[in-house]
Amino acid sequence: MLDAAWLIPTVPAIAFALITLFGKRMPKHGAEIGIAAVGASFVMSCIAASQWIDRVEAATGHSEGLGAFGKSVFRAAGEQGVEPVVNTVTWWISGGVHFSVGTTVDGLTVMMLFVVTLISLLVQIYSTAYMHDDRRYTWFFACLSLFTASMLTLVVSENLLQLLVGWELVGLCSFMLIGHWWEDLANSRAAIKAFLTTRVGDIGLMIGVIVMYFAADTFSIVGINEYALSSGAEHNLLLAGAICLFIGIIGKSGQFPLHTWLPDAMAGPTPVSALIHAATMVVAGVYLGARLYPVFYEGFSIADGGINFMALIGGVTIIIGAVLAFVQRDIKKVLAYSTISQLGYMVMALGVGAWTAAVFHLFTHAFFKALLFLGAGSVSHSGSHHSFDMKSDMGGLRKYMPVTFATFMIGSLALAGIFPFAGFWSKDEILVTAGEGGFEVFMVVGLIGAFLTAAYMTRCVYLTFFGEYRGHGHPHESPRAITVPLIILAGFSVVAGLINAVPLGIEKFTEWFEPTFAFPHLVHAEFDYGLAVISVTIAVVGIGIAAWLWFRREELGPFRGLTQRNALARRGYVFLENKYYLDHLYENVIVDGTRGVVARAFYWFDQHVIDAFVKGVGLVAARVGRFSYDVVDQKGVDGAINALAAGTGDAGSALRTVQSGRVQRYALLLFAAVGLLSLALYLVNS
Amino acid sequence: MELNYFLILSAFLFCVGVYGVLARKNGVLVLMSVELMLNAVSINLIAFSALNHSVSGQIFALFVITIAAAEVGVGLAIVLLIYRNLKSPDLDKIDELKG
Repeated sequence: MLDAAWLIPTVPAIAFALITLFGKRMPKHGAEIGIAAVGASFVMSCIAASQWIDRVEAATGHSEGLGAFGKSVFRAAGEQGVEPVVNTVTWWISGGVHFSVGTTVDGLTVMMLFVVTLISLLVQIYSTAYMHDDRRYTWFFACLSLFTASMLTLVVSENLLQLLVGWELVGLCSFMLIGHWWEDLANSRAAIKAFLTTRVGDIGLMIGVIVMYFAADTFSIVGINEYALSSGAEHNLLLAGAICLFIGIIGKSGQFPLHTWLPDAMAGPTPVSALIHAATMVVAGVYLGARLYPVFYEGFSIADGGINFMALIGGVTIIIGAVLAFVQRDIKKVLAYSTISQLGYMVMALGVGAWTAAVFHLFTHAFFKALLFLGAGSVSHSGSHHSFDMKSDMGGLRKYMPVTFATFMIGSLALAGIFPFAGFWSKDEILVTAGEGGFEVFMVVGLIGAFLTAAYMTRCVYLTFFGEYRGHGHPHESPRAITVPLIILAGFSVVAGLINAVPLGIEKFTEWFEPTFAFPHLVHAEFDYGLAVISVTIAVVGIGIAAWLWFRREELGPFRGLTQRNALARRGYVFLENKYYLDHLYENVIVDGTRGVVARAFYWFDQHVIDAFVKGVGLVAARVGRFSYDVVDQKGVDGAINALAAGTGDAGSALRTVQSGRVQRYALLLFAAVGLLSLALYLVNS
Repeated sequence: MELNYFLILSAFLFCVGVYGVLARKNGVLVLMSVELMLNAVSINLIAFSALNHSVSGQIFALFVITIAAAEVGVGLAIVLLIYRNLKSPDLDKIDELKG
């Protein structure tokens, strides 16, 4: 399966074609094709993952006898390590350069394959109930299949060009799916915004790919990684490439300041939000960061500690996203800002040299964020009459929707990083590694983020599931196609973290999935009980404060309606409500500025400089024109033309007798001509 | 092998064909005359093919036969339509395109 990894993206791609062509005629309107294809991909991904694990165990097996010390020596010594399985075929050749397509399979790849196919499978099953009766049901499943196929292409790609193709396809599919209900202007605007905002980042990525090609003289991912680590690499070139590639990540993974498209992307159907936020679209950026890690590691000099571009952006994004989550009324927007904040964690972790922690967080986050989104969808589907407004249409739903409530609670606890749920292990690893690697500032940022995360999730859970029901429908539990994926994801959200539970002596995630070939030697920090206790305490305090504020708000006279009475608090709230005025900046200042000031300047230039010039040219041209009309045109040209016309007319009259309209007369002329020409040929040759 | 016999036969057939195309009034007979000319050419090709021990002339002849079949199909359809419109297959009666 490691050699036949190309099958994994191909099957959903074929499913896309089949659903588009025949979906409407199938008994389940195409859903069965999509589920079967993605299921097949999931099985193949599991096989690939187990084969990869066998390969790693076989390679490290001989050092097992030496115990833990021997193992670390094996890694540190940097023998060739476990090579990725690379397969390529030539795509096209141009000017002697071979452009290839193929697959690279290593630990990171199989981990991503597993996550992407599993989440896609559950989302498709969920969608059969959620999208029931949708007018473009078949098309929706076709798009989901293509979405999965593009993401899998991106994951297995062998070189940066192929990755770029997958990257753009993912962007296209998210555009189509965010705008699935395009009849509403807001939805199609959101789709366009998502597409164009990520496009800004894509330009950076494209330039980065070109820079890396000219630096390493290859598009191959393994080749570029080897180049970045080789002693002949030019640092400035790597820095330029890393910055450009990182701009692509900023766009795709919703990092500050290009995160504004992500909350608007909530206009799409909820299963799509789950897919975008957990498995496909946004993790593509983090995946790129992890895939080309040597470039960033060397380019940003991460080994030296201190502040770098990547960690800085990640840290800013954590706080910005988390703070914005507090002022949202829409449950999906809370989750969207939470995703931005969690992606900030991943990017920051990459920036502080915690590769394994970043990828591990991507792994655990995929489960609980998909769970939370699907839970929110379940609430709106069966509890709040297709509304996502927590304040006006939800509340008290725990009595009506026990399964959704229980799974949503598990997801929230995992997100808040409470022991022993999945989020605890991965977040803790990020914090520990940041602290040990000389990035104490970012460790503190991470702890503040943990506090905020716990608090806004408490607010969200309270508004949705506690208190009195404020909606107008008849809330009930969702059908099984919705609850079963929730339960499966909840299971993963509980246990997924244990795969790398360092204090219990389990480091399987590091062992299986961290590359050992063409990869910088990273320090794995020891588990720090003190820090773990602090981070959990901070999260619990966050939950406590938020819960206390919300449950006891009747008694909290001074705090109630604070934003209405206190001018400073009011201003802060408005500032947050307007999302730091970033959208305002982009739309009014930058776009209108370009339209306003620059346009006015151009208008003046137009009127005074270009017009004057044009007028002068026009006057001269008019004089010349008058002269040429009188002399050249009327006398010279017209005379010649008239003579020609008269001659043509006469010749035509003479020749029209030939045009008899009779086929046989024409044939006679033909044969006569052939005869004459033959005669001429004969005379010339003899 | 005497090449001349074939060439003379071919030339004779070709002339008959030319005469038929130029002189006959009936559209069907004109088409038949065209066939005669084509077959004269085919005989030429095959004769030279045999003389030069090269198979390409025969392949050419096969192509000529195939194209001729298609051509006569179209031609007969045209004649049929002429007959339907003018109630006669006479080619002299159509001079719609007279200049």
